[in-house]
Amino acid sequence: MKGKIHSLESFGSVDGPGLRYLIFFQGCYMRCKYCHNADTWDPNHFDMELTADEVLDKAERFRSYWKNGGGITVSGGEALLQIDFLLELFKKAHERDINTCLDTSGQPFTREEPFISKFTELLKYTDTVMLDIKHIDDEEHKKLTGHTNKNILDCAKFLSDSGVNIWIRQVLVPGITDNDEYLHKTREFIATLHNVTKIEPLRYHSLGAFKWKELGMKYELEDVDSPDDDALQNASDILNGRK
Amino acid sequence: MRDEWRGFKGTHWVDDVSVRDFIQDNYTQYDGDESFLADPTDATNKLWGRLQELQKAERDKGGVLECETEIVSSLTSYGPGYIDESMKDLEKIVGLQTDKPLKRAFMPYGGIKMAQQAAEQYGYHVNDKYDQIFNEYHKTHNQAVFDAYTDEMKVARHTHIVTGLPDTYGRGRIVGDYRRVALYGIDYLIEKKKQDFKNCGHGDMTDDIIRLREEITMQIRALNGMKDMAKIYGFDISQPAKNAQEAIQWLYFGYLSAIKTQNGAAMSVGRISTFLDIYIERDMKEGTLTESEAQELIDHLTMKFRMVKFARIESYNQLFSGDPVWATLEMAGIGMDGRHMVTKNDFRFLHTLENMGPSPEPNLTVLYSSQLPDTFKKYAAKISVITSSIQYENDDVMKPIWGDDYSICCCVSATQTGKEIQFFGARANLAKALLYAINGGKDEKHKTKDGKPMQCGPEIAPITSEYLDYDEVMHKYDIMLDWCAGLYVNILNLIHYMHDKYYYEAAEMALIDTDLRRTFATGIAGFSHVIDSLSAIKYAKVKVIRDEFGLATGFETTGDFPKYGNDDDRADEIGVWLLKEFITKIKKYHTYRNSEPTTSILTITSNVVYGKATGATPDGREAYKPFAPGASPSYGAETSGLLASLNSVAKIPYEYSLDGISNTQTMSPDALGHTDEERAKTLVSAMDGYFDNGAHHLNVNVFGTDKLLDCQAHPDKPEYANFTIRVSGYAVKFISLTKEQQDDVIARTCHKKL
Repeated sequence: MKGKIHSLESFGSVDGPGLRYLIFFQGCYMRCKYCHNADTWDPNHFDMELTADEVLDKAERFRSYWKNGGGITVSGGEALLQIDFLLELFKKAHERDINTCLDTSGQPFTREEPFISKFTELLKYTDTVMLDIKHIDDEEHKKLTGHTNKNILDCAKFLSDSGVNIWIRQVLVPGITDNDEYLHKTREFIATLHNVTKIEPLRYHSLGAFKWKELGMKYELEDVDSPDDDALQNASDILNGRK
Repeated sequence: MRDEWRGFKGTHWVDDVSVRDFIQDNYTQYDGDESFLADPTDATNKLWGRLQELQKAERDKGGVLECETEIVSSLTSYGPGYIDESMKDLEKIVGLQTDKPLKRAFMPYGGIKMAQQAAEQYGYHVNDKYDQIFNEYHKTHNQAVFDAYTDEMKVARHTHIVTGLPDTYGRGRIVGDYRRVALYGIDYLIEKKKQDFKNCGHGDMTDDIIRLREEITMQIRALNGMKDMAKIYGFDISQPAKNAQEAIQWLYFGYLSAIKTQNGAAMSVGRISTFLDIYIERDMKEGTLTESEAQELIDHLTMKFRMVKFARIESYNQLFSGDPVWATLEMAGIGMDGRHMVTKNDFRFLHTLENMGPSPEPNLTVLYSSQLPDTFKKYAAKISVITSSIQYENDDVMKPIWGDDYSICCCVSATQTGKEIQFFGARANLAKALLYAINGGKDEKHKTKDGKPMQCGPEIAPITSEYLDYDEVMHKYDIMLDWCAGLYVNILNLIHYMHDKYYYEAAEMALIDTDLRRTFATGIAGFSHVIDSLSAIKYAKVKVIRDEFGLATGFETTGDFPKYGNDDDRADEIGVWLLKEFITKIKKYHTYRNSEPTTSILTITSNVVYGKATGATPDGREAYKPFAPGASPSYGAETSGLLASLNSVAKIPYEYSLDGISNTQTMSPDALGHTDEERAKTLVSAMDGYFDNGAHHLNVNVFGTDKLLDCQAHPDKPEYANFTIRVSGYAVKFISLTKEQQDDVIARTCHKKL
């Protein structure tokens, strides 16, 4: 089996515990307005097709940097769209004693078969899941991403019950996710989850905007600035229940 | 045991000069964190405030505050000098190169013309009498070298196939063991040298014996001069230091004697941190020193290292931009017995960057190992994140070669402290040598008087095919490398012969064993460009564009090829081959005083000057554009992220390049983490991996390109006055770089991630 890979990056420092080798999967159905990897959307347009062993051989060249808890992180795109390949990859990673982390939007999640069995199996070989909650309000979520958040929040509950280590992240976009009411609501939701070891607002930036232009699409958030340090601190305080 | 040594343990260092044994017998490991550190004292704040005013005045005057024009610098040519006469009682450690702070001494022995030019350049005129004295009555090093150069050497110098030769100023890279002054006092050191003189030869006056006898006598004279110099400041350094303040002061007088008498390109201080900690610990145990006072002593010593200046000419500044002196100072490392050598004093030296802000000097160097205490690694990484002022070198690869008491004698090169010296100079431009292989030894840039290409290398048949053939290029490159290595070694032989004769480092050598080890340190420039060029020729198709003389002036490359800096063995192996080939060729030649040949891949900021002298290369680098610095991959070649780049550099075997493999990396703060704590942790993980892979050196810069651009546009903003960045092997204030160098730094890869 081969995975459709968008790109590989040797140095991820904020994408899971320790230093991470990043594997960006191709393909995503979400259409987040701030997406900085819009070139990963189209599932049929990919740069590389690699087997799990090929990916892991590449990753293992960086094992010496993993002493403080590092490993591989699969991101995207949406990794769960290639769940069969992902399962094989993580299973083999654990055979090689490589720590695994899944960075997902949760969008493909459903409790229906065959997905749920595969997902349950996947979690056996997953050390950390980084779940990105784009927006707590369903209507706003739809506006921002083109999809409902219902199954995403359900995914969070499923993860919580599974016992896997969870990081919750949210991109802080001025005018969209940065108001205190939404942040408090998000906090309320997070408070119902177990095994959440890190909650982190991510600073919105427009560094990926050029890719939209290259793909011939209009980037709607052109005029939105990155949030300042105070706004980020405020969001972090609320999401972590400190405020 | 003598009273100055009360409380110290050990026997060997008591019987003979051995600071290394003194350290091993007496240092106190520190495993804790930085919470014990003290803020700057009022005195420190006042003095540093004054010094910053002086530095600003220096910048406002175009880079030089004042030049000496009347007095030839010597150990005792000046009365005492202070940062500020009205605050001299606040200075815990005293001594300046001249009578005034930041005033540049007149040092003609390396070359009178250069000394005169340097002064002229900043609006000063050296007293005309020196013109006659140093041209008619006394020869300088510079004149001597040119008296002996061959025509071929002069051409090579002109075309820059070999650049940065120390034939107009001091060669530097000789580190006196300044700690000896503190531990033993000058009188004992004189006694030892007198014994050496007695035992030098058995009566047959061969060249080497005559030379050595003369040198020892000069050393003894210098030791007496040091005592006189200290007396000017009211100190008697004939006996050992009795406490920490004296130990630091005595040691500094040793260093001051070097920088008053030599204007070497690198004037390292050496491995002094652990040594001084022993005195500080003893004083603290005896209740005579507080932490605040200890930090004050280290801050004041560091302030002195921040003030070292030499008068340089324009072409020198282009080569080594930003007024560096390489007052390199080491800390940490691991002893032969496996104990780490981190002391509280290592934290204190790093803390100077917080107490007095970032600074290029002293060139603070952490001798790194993943086995160092986590607390220390994290603190050093944190200071790197905040100040970009530290470099890291792998103790695990250096210790087996140089032991556990080596110093860094230049930017990154190791020598055993007090037991070894280096004959160093320049770099061979291996990218230009590749063009010579293609062009039959003709220079691609320089023309003769009648407008024809200048023949510099051996006149072999040039390559005339439209597309380059790998085997043909390699065959001719082999011939050129052989020629280049031989010429280079012989130029250095000649320079060092003359330097010993006309500009001998008596003060520094007085603090080094008479029976010493000498290495012969060569260097390479254009490393990454040769690798990528040969890779392009091997794996892609390279078409040659030629001018009317048939010289290759450009290359058109079609197809992909592996590039150095992506952890791709196909490219990286070319680098290993190139290095091994070059050092093997160097080793074939006789080296002056039977020194041991080594080489390095480090370029300082000279990568800009080397690039400027070199035509387009097959890797796609345009004509006269800067080289990548040191062993760093080429700009734009790294496409697989920071760790892939680090892996490539780590593959270069240190054993082939014992003089150093310099790697400079710039990381945007966001790529390292969201908080300074996270960034420091990331940096530690990255360095643990990199150095465990066997890499030698890493310069760590943490800032984004936006900050550089803003600083270039608004150099007067107060926050940029001390904004320091690491370049190949040293640190420099960004605003003191030339515009060209600034552009080069901005153009380099900044590792960030979308």
